Amino acid sequence: MHELSIAMGIVEAAMDEARQRNVQVSAVHLRLGALSGVVKDALLFSYEVACQDTPLEGSRLLIEEIPVMVFCPQCKEKRVLESVQLFSCPECASPTGEVLQGKELEVYALEVEE
Amino acid sequence: MSEPRLIEVRRNVLKQNDVIARALRDQFHAAGVFVVSLVSSPGSGKTTFLEKTLTQLQPRYRVAALVGDLATENDAVRLARSKAPVKQITTGTLCHLEAAMVQNALQDWDLHQLDFLFIENVGNLVCPSSYDLGENLRLVLMSVTEGEDKPQKYPTIFNSADVAVITKNELSGAVEFDWDAARKSIESVRPGMRIFRLSAKTGEGMSEYLDFLSRQLAEQRAVVHS
Repeated sequence: MHELSIAMGIVEAAMDEARQRNVQVSAVHLRLGALSGVVKDALLFSYEVACQDTPLEGSRLLIEEIPVMVFCPQCKEKRVLESVQLFSCPECASPTGEVLQGKELEVYALEVEE
Repeated sequence: MSEPRLIEVRRNVLKQNDVIARALRDQFHAAGVFVVSLVSSPGSGKTTFLEKTLTQLQPRYRVAALVGDLATENDAVRLARSKAPVKQITTGTLCHLEAAMVQNALQDWDLHQLDFLFIENVGNLVCPSSYDLGENLRLVLMSVTEGEDKPQKYPTIFNSADVAVITKNELSGAVEFDWDAARKSIESVRPGMRIFRLSAKTGEGMSEYLDFLSRQLAEQRAVVHS
C-alpha cells in the first residue's frame, strides 16, 4: 500500500501550485491511469489523511480514471483496452503491448477560491 | 466568497522520482554498468536466484547488489556469501524502493568499477510498479508454487517489467505446474515478453539467462561506444 505516499505527493503538488497563485484549493482533479499501479479507493482514503493539518484539509479529490490505450499493429489504429488483463486489440484480437496511454498519475487541475 | 474556478496545472505526481531515476540512468550509462532490478512477491526465491546470479557471473564480471527489505539484513548477509559487494536498503514500513533510496545507497560506490548492478526490490507485486529506479532491465519473478494466473492478478507489475523469470522449476512436477497456462497468462498482459524458466537450486536454465544478461551488457556498451 503506497497510496499514502502518493497522496502526500498530490497534496504537496497542489499546495505548491496554490501557494504560487495565492489561492485556496477546494478540489484536486487527478488523472489516474489503469496501469499507474495505484488503487482508487485506497487513494481516496489516503488523501483525507494526507490533507490533515494542511491548507488542503476538507478539499475533495476528484479522480478521472484513464483506460489503457494501445496501438494495434494489425489495424494500425489506437484502441482502448477493456481490461488490463488482456492486451489484445478489442477489434481484431491481435496481441499488442504498445501502450499509448494508461500510466497517468497527474494532478490535472485545481478548483480554487481566491 | 467568490465562485470556485478551475485552473489547469498538469503536474506528474511522481515527477520527483522520475527526475532522479533519469539522472541515475544517465549515471549508469556513463559508467558502463548494466542495471537489473528484480521484483516479485515475497517467497518467490528472489534472494536465492540473485545469490546464484552473482556467484555465477563473478568469474567473468564485476557484480554488486542493492537489496531492499522492510526490516532485517538477512538477505544482505545471505548475498554476501557470493563475495560480491552487497548493500541493504532497509525501507522500514515502506513497501517499495524509490529512486532516491537507490541514489543514496550508491553514493560511496564507484560505478565505473562494476559491470552489473542488481537491485532487489521489496517483495511486493503491487507498489514497486509505479517507481522507476533508473534500471536498464526489470525482471519479474514468479515461482511455480504461486499459481499460473499470477500475471493476470498483477497485470501492472508484469506490464512494467521487461523479462519474466519462472523460478523453482525443480518443484514444477510436485505442484503440477501448468507451463502453457502460465505462458498464456504472461502473454495476455505483456505480449511478446521474454520468459526464462529455471531452477536456481539445481542450476537448470541458469546459463541461458546468464548468456542473455551478457548479451544485454555487450549491446549497451556497443551503444555507448558507437
